[in-house]
Amino acid sequence: MTNEVLQNWQFIFIFVALSPIFPAAPVILNRLLGPQKPNAIKQQTYECGIETVGDTWIQFKVQYYIYALIFVVFDIEAVFLFPIAAAWGLLGLFAVFEVALFIIILAVGLYYAWNRGALEWF
Amino acid sequence: MNPIDLLIATLQLRLGEYLVSVYGSENWVFVVRDVLTVLTISTFCLLIVIFLIWLERKVIARMQDRLGPNRVGGRYGLLQTVADVLKLLTKESLTPAGADKWAYNLAPLLIVMTALLMWAVIPFGPGAMGADLNIGVFYILAVSSVSVVCLLLAGWGSNNKYALLGAFRSVAQLVSYEVPMVLSLLIPIILAGSMATEAIIGAQYIPFLFVIPLSAVIFFISALAETGRTPFDLLEAESEIVAGFHVEYGGMKFGMFFLAEFIGTLLMSALFVTIYWGGYTLPLVNLVLGVFGLPPIDLASLAWGRTLSLPIFFGKVFVIYFVFIWIRATLPRVRIDQMLNLNWKFLVPLSLVLILVVAIVDKALPANTNVWAYSGIMLLANILIAVGAIELLRRRGRQERAAAEAAHDDELADISAEALPAAHH
Amino acid sequence: MTSQQVIFIILAVITLASGLVVVTNRNLFHAALAMMLSFFGVAGFYVLLEAPFLAASQLLVYIGAISILIIFAIMMTRRLMSTDESPFNSQWIAALFGTLLIGGLIIFVIVSVFSPFGDIIIANSAPPSLAVQESTVLLGRSFVDPDQYVIPFEIASVLLLGALVGSIAIARPEKES
Repeated sequence: MTNEVLQNWQFIFIFVALSPIFPAAPVILNRLLGPQKPNAIKQQTYECGIETVGDTWIQFKVQYYIYALIFVVFDIEAVFLFPIAAAWGLLGLFAVFEVALFIIILAVGLYYAWNRGALEWF
Repeated sequence: MNPIDLLIATLQLRLGEYLVSVYGSENWVFVVRDVLTVLTISTFCLLIVIFLIWLERKVIARMQDRLGPNRVGGRYGLLQTVADVLKLLTKESLTPAGADKWAYNLAPLLIVMTALLMWAVIPFGPGAMGADLNIGVFYILAVSSVSVVCLLLAGWGSNNKYALLGAFRSVAQLVSYEVPMVLSLLIPIILAGSMATEAIIGAQYIPFLFVIPLSAVIFFISALAETGRTPFDLLEAESEIVAGFHVEYGGMKFGMFFLAEFIGTLLMSALFVTIYWGGYTLPLVNLVLGVFGLPPIDLASLAWGRTLSLPIFFGKVFVIYFVFIWIRATLPRVRIDQMLNLNWKFLVPLSLVLILVVAIVDKALPANTNVWAYSGIMLLANILIAVGAIELLRRRGRQERAAAEAAHDDELADISAEALPAAHH
Repeated sequence: MTSQQVIFIILAVITLASGLVVVTNRNLFHAALAMMLSFFGVAGFYVLLEAPFLAASQLLVYIGAISILIIFAIMMTRRLMSTDESPFNSQWIAALFGTLLIGGLIIFVIVSVFSPFGDIIIANSAPPSLAVQESTVLLGRSFVDPDQYVIPFEIASVLLLGALVGSIAIARPEKES
């Protein structure tokens, strides 16, 4: 890689490739040093000594899903705003109106969610 | 290659430059340099955590009028964490029955990986950083968003209802607070005109902490929540969901979650210092020197500048880290609805307003405005928004309190109205 | 072979293999995980194409947000974890047709841009000569430039608003009072 940008990213690629070593080493060492005597009672699901009832992977309340949905929308909004923020000094006055419009449209979405009770934990 | 030059270059944190000067700009030289940098950063992160855990226990103990660790390794218990690590290493590593083995074993690895990878763009000194990416801050946000997946992996893989419930809660918390964090980081980027961490440090003639304090506060609160620390430690609310998503983990696998939490907290302190407090530079000292007509301290031009910047950088980082510990020792845990309300109904609207105001003020001031005037007006705008927001909160709080008291009075009246006739008959 | 090619091959293997796992694995959760790995590989391709902002966006949006949403959706679906259904259904012919169509389109574009006769098919497909360091800033400028993408940019916000309102309306049909 000759390009300077890719030179920097080569470091990231190497970091990604090497980083599993650091958590894996202590875990493997733990495997080697610790005793290995599994039995059925030891491996039971831990619920403060009470035997677990029913299936773990049950349905969850929809509220978590709604928060995740609102989050996705605002996450994408932020992704749009980041390059504009980085270029802010080079932009004209017109950009202020456009960005304001962009944010206000999404603020309307937040207001709707609030008004509709989607932000209430129940 | 001269061993003495090599040693000096290493101590100056200029090993990469030295290798290039000896062997030329070959790609393998860069690969060797990168591998050495990765090993240095990662080993440092793993070892500093041993100290951080000791520090946290000791500081909290003193704040709570206890002694804290004081047996292992002398009066101050310096080796307490080392003993704890040895204990974790010799524990039996269990896999609970019915666990999803892939997810269960992958989660602790992945969470430490993401915590380490974020350090790649933190500048420790002038030019002393893993990679000066032009999207620096955005890279950190992107990597940190991956750690959310690890919690789901752990919660799902454990085959435990409490773990899954804890994972759901944590994910709801982390994704929620990612929004104000991302939005508040837009503001220093607007001011600096770049996402690269070095460029943001370079733009801080006056530290951004004193220019856009509200953005710094929003960032700090979201950083508390993102790292799952008190008062937002619902992830491991012991009294409710046993220990959260990592209840089924033991031995070193549990240790990895612990490790990731501490590396993450230190990273957030480092990021705060980099973005809002001038990183490894000394902007305030330079300002004072400027008043006396002295030249500013330019670490980049010194041969030992990188080494000298380390104590400056970590001094600041530990001040912020101390605030993290201080808050943990002071505040109780919030409820999940309070936590989500604070985020969606206060921090998100506030940061949206702040972005709009900062963007407009930045454009309204002429391009050649004096840096002091610019910063002063920015600071004023921040303070005005903060005062307005707090006033709104106070009014709202007063209304709710009045409503609650009225309801309570009605209840009392009802009770006495029911009770009195009964007493007559 | 340059290191760029080595990284490309590794990323290609990761992306394709995990993509295969997504469609063949019966465990929905594992399929979702494989999909994240596939997204990660695509992010790597963006880096190789010198579009680092897009790569980080891929990580932030697709792995950090969309995948979480998909896993939440899996968990809210009843009994999907214990399914014994085959991942192949009767629509595989239509799927094959669609895949071939998209594959053909991609090959057409690649050939038209890079073949020696390419300029006959698509005119003005000059290679981008933008300063790479500035690519993110250029992106930001083009979002708000009236001559470029300001309309799509504003429409994107309306689209996001629509998605938000629609999903809340579906997920919470009744207003609780």
